[in-house]
Amino acid sequence: MGQGKWPFVAVASGLALLAWGSSWGLAFAPREAYMGDVQRIMYVHVPTAWNAMLVLTFAFACAVVSLVRGGWKWDARLEAAVEAGVVLSALVCAQGSIWARPTWGVWWDWDPRLTTTAVLLFAFGGIMALRQFVDDPVKRATWSAVATVIAYVDVPLVYFSVRWWNSLHQMQSTPETVSRAFHWPLRINAFGVLFLLMGLVELRARTAFLRRETELEPPPSRAAAAVGVAS
Amino acid sequence: MGTLAVETIGLSRRYGRRWALRDVSLSVPQGSVVMLAGRNGSGKSTLLRVLATALRPDHGSARVAGHDVQAGRDGVRQAVALLGHQSFLYEALSARENLAVAASLLGRPLDPGVLARVGLAARADDPVSSFSAGMRKRLSLGRVLLQHKPVALLDEPYGELDPPGFELLDGVIAELRARGATVVMATHLVEHGRRLCDRALLLDEGQLVWSGPAAEMPLDALRGSAAP
Amino acid sequence: MSVFLAALRKDLLLQWRTRAQLVAVFVFGASALLLFSFAVGPNAGVLRQHAAGFLWLGLLLASTLALADSFESEMAQRALEGLLLLPADPRALYYAKAVANVLQLTLLGVALVPVMVVLYDAGTARVGALVVVVALGAAGLSAPGTLYAAMTAQARARNTLLPLLLFPLVVPALLAAVKATSLLILGDPMGQLRAWTLLLVAFDAVYWSLCGLLFERVVED
Repeated sequence: MGQGKWPFVAVASGLALLAWGSSWGLAFAPREAYMGDVQRIMYVHVPTAWNAMLVLTFAFACAVVSLVRGGWKWDARLEAAVEAGVVLSALVCAQGSIWARPTWGVWWDWDPRLTTTAVLLFAFGGIMALRQFVDDPVKRATWSAVATVIAYVDVPLVYFSVRWWNSLHQMQSTPETVSRAFHWPLRINAFGVLFLLMGLVELRARTAFLRRETELEPPPSRAAAAVGVAS
Repeated sequence: MGTLAVETIGLSRRYGRRWALRDVSLSVPQGSVVMLAGRNGSGKSTLLRVLATALRPDHGSARVAGHDVQAGRDGVRQAVALLGHQSFLYEALSARENLAVAASLLGRPLDPGVLARVGLAARADDPVSSFSAGMRKRLSLGRVLLQHKPVALLDEPYGELDPPGFELLDGVIAELRARGATVVMATHLVEHGRRLCDRALLLDEGQLVWSGPAAEMPLDALRGSAAP
Repeated sequence: MSVFLAALRKDLLLQWRTRAQLVAVFVFGASALLLFSFAVGPNAGVLRQHAAGFLWLGLLLASTLALADSFESEMAQRALEGLLLLPADPRALYYAKAVANVLQLTLLGVALVPVMVVLYDAGTARVGALVVVVALGAAGLSAPGTLYAAMTAQARARNTLLPLLLFPLVVPALLAAVKATSLLILGDPMGQLRAWTLLLVAFDAVYWSLCGLLFERVVED
């Protein structure tokens, strides 16, 4: 697997962008007229949500390649991407709750996108658990790739079912739907999270790849024992 | 010399960190009866399972009945019948029903003589869960017989069998030989194997350490590690 | 096709032979429904309102037991491997097992309906439609459930892994089945039943095709 230094550059620039975008959005951008300061969470929430979906799509791609072509690199990337996806989904749900509580007075408002993210959190968390409980590395790779494909295909189904299910009640709003503020802090943060993500996922994948190499001894060397084949 | 029923080159298979098969290269001519000897844990079962395509090799290659075990898996399966450590039986079904399931998936009717051949005619309709280990072995043998495959891989077939069962198995192997089938039999009954088989292979810690005519296999092959 | 039918006959025969287990699973489901009513309280109106949800939750919980059971006999003596080595097409083996599981889960669901009627005072005149909804929901549980049961039967902590993997996945089917059942019980003034049923059908179509393709990777080495 790659040995380059680019992930560190990515992490550093990602953090820098995040610092810039967040300070701009959270401190300096104009206050939103109706929602007030609470709506500023959008500057962090939206980039996190975008990147959560992005990394899970990347996980799906890794799973497909892993199933079709095999190879430990793709399994390592899958492992990293699934973990990142779980972390980001958890963050999205937490941010959603932080917004919902002062806005609606409840911690959870069953917004379709947020609810889908929660389901994804559990689905991909389950895949992480699956990896823990399978000892054979080849089976682990195949099965988690299968589970990732199955879970990812479910995303549109979950989204639509939750949306219809929730539409019987008033249409809840999210920070995004009332966004009327600057796009710039949002975009800067989005790229910030993206670079940070790319760097961290690559580093995590390299760790996973190394772990695989220690799990699997190199093939045996040519046997010293002679084999006598009598006619 | 005739075609090879089995040919492996550098075959290796691991379980976690342990290599169960290391760089095994062997060949088995068609129509021969081969004894695969070795102590417990030497890799006999693993070798048979890889040849039957129940396991895939981690390194090296193997061809059985002219098909590669990875690229031509279905071809191998159509030519090979495996008698494994586990019985492949459904405990809740009767002996007859178990054989009927196998026969129906092979697309042919169940030959009613098979149960009698393995001495289970009287218990044909009893559930396998009520069978002793020896009876299960006989039923698994019947399952191999009804497949009519040119290659039979038998993993410790004598285990659990009583003396009549021994005779039955010897008779079955003779029958298979007469049919022109190839038999590879893993066993640690070295003396019995020397009399019954044409050739012998000796595995030790996953490596092939001896190969030759069965009559020449050293009797104490399983005592210590056999020197090459 | 003949392989599928032969395997289906085998699976149905196995289910018939182990029908005592199915009775036990039914009792489990029925006691779950009872416990739900204790949890909610003896308010007849509230119970009726949520009867559909309780029915499907009970069936979902019971399904993990039934699905896990369906692979116990396949793995105990490596019977499934024995079939694959004959050779038998893994896809046919999957569909046979999944169909047998749908039948079993539908039976289970239909058997739990009277329990629901009694405990929650929640019945419907449209019995035929209810059976169809139960069957479609059972199909939604069975497709991924059969695949995951085969997988987890080979792993550690199998009793935890199966529900862990299955539950988030079947959310769309669960939502649709609950909504459809609820409309049948409480009435459907706006004619939404068809939409929810179609969602169930879509979920079933997606997973019956996808899992059939992936099954081989789960059971072959």
